[in-house]
Amino acid sequence: MSELSVKHLLGIKYLNEADIQLIFETATQFKEVINRPIKKVPSLRDITIANLFFENSTRTKLSFELAQKRLSADVINFAASMSSLKKGETLIDTVNNILSMKVDMVVMRHSSAGAASFLAQHVDATIINAGDGAHEHPTQALLDTFSIAERLGDVAGKKVVIIGDVLHSRVALSNIFALQKLGAEVKVCGPSTLIPKHITSLGVTVETDVKKALEWCDVANVLRVQFERMSASYFPSNREYAAYYGITKPMLDKLDKKIVVMHPGPINRGVELSSEVVDSNQAIILDQVENGVAIRMAVLYLLASKK
Amino acid sequence: MSQKLLLSAEDLHIILFRLACQLKESHGDFDQTILIGLQPRGVRLAERLLHILTHDYKVSNTQLSKLDITFFRDDFRRGDKVLNPNANNMEVGVENKRVVLIDDVLYTGRSIRAALTAIDSYGRPAEIQLLTLIDRRFSRHLPIQPDFCGRQVDAIQNEQVIVCWKEEDDEDAVYLVNK
Repeated sequence: MSELSVKHLLGIKYLNEADIQLIFETATQFKEVINRPIKKVPSLRDITIANLFFENSTRTKLSFELAQKRLSADVINFAASMSSLKKGETLIDTVNNILSMKVDMVVMRHSSAGAASFLAQHVDATIINAGDGAHEHPTQALLDTFSIAERLGDVAGKKVVIIGDVLHSRVALSNIFALQKLGAEVKVCGPSTLIPKHITSLGVTVETDVKKALEWCDVANVLRVQFERMSASYFPSNREYAAYYGITKPMLDKLDKKIVVMHPGPINRGVELSSEVVDSNQAIILDQVENGVAIRMAVLYLLASKK
Repeated sequence: MSQKLLLSAEDLHIILFRLACQLKESHGDFDQTILIGLQPRGVRLAERLLHILTHDYKVSNTQLSKLDITFFRDDFRRGDKVLNPNANNMEVGVENKRVVLIDDVLYTGRSIRAALTAIDSYGRPAEIQLLTLIDRRFSRHLPIQPDFCGRQVDAIQNEQVIVCWKEEDDEDAVYLVNK
């Protein structure tokens, strides 16, 4: 245990198991910090971080901002809708302009896959990918696997099924990488229109029957149906999706074990998960949100340590 | 690298009993007192003192917490080494309590400054005292002095004081090592 093998957090693909374990160990200590009466430490007081969200986000942005403030960093926020991008400025010019204001780290969400890697090659700052298109969302996968480890003791040997819109999901891809690096077995489940063609080349199995998938798994990570990314019709209607792939309490009660239910949010209640499931003690959705702050503090702290 | 024995197991034994006696004299039944060992090496000393207080002086109220100061250190990003945190165990509230900070070696005083800031996150103690096994006097960077001290040592900058505990280092001893 000492330092990360990477300078930027661009994707889980670039991390090794020791990196993930180091992030978990550090996050465990930060989780204690955010439960103190005074939830702030001075570690990053000489660091300035820019949150560049070229795509909308609520919880990831709030979670990153809170993590940065808990670490005493100075934070500037940028939303694409109010920026000079609209006036024709390129991504590199926008970021370099921000960096000339003496910014040390950049947290970026962008609709193009590979945007964070591109930036890391062209600008002189530590880059954290907060989601790039349908590619990766590394901090979400870290907080998901951390939450599994917290609830079940370990990730290794666990069976995890990722259910829903895998095709449009960066959460799915990052989760697959993280779970496999930590020794879990991964299955994806959803309508075949929402499962990418070559997904089995990543070493995961595909199941189209949600009931069979639930019987198999220890953990069900249920994804949001991303209506905003859908340019074509992938299933006839919400009601039909809910009927075939929505998870309800009776379905969970029928299983011979108590599986853990996760969701990265925001939830379409009544579509992917019934309200009863969301509010049940099998769902760890709010733990995921709390752990998100601790994980992001750990990532920021460990990357800042690398100067 | 050469090393010199500063304290033998017997010396250490006597000093630990003296420190426990001084704590007992100053804190009575420990009703309002919390011992806080600094992670990682101060915790071992605190556990030893707690054992003596509980078993030899029959104090039943002693409470021990463990404080990690990593996130409060003033050398983050200033050296080559990444500062990895240790576990905190501060379940006992410090509000209005008499706190005794316990560490093995007092050197520059910077760790203690960090600890004083870290304790603030848990509440406002009535009083904070400092107990150290070794006081490397004349080496201080900050105006911090111990209230209870095992042994004062004069050491120069390229010398290191190493405290060994039977539980993890196979012997009780304190060495002065020339780097």
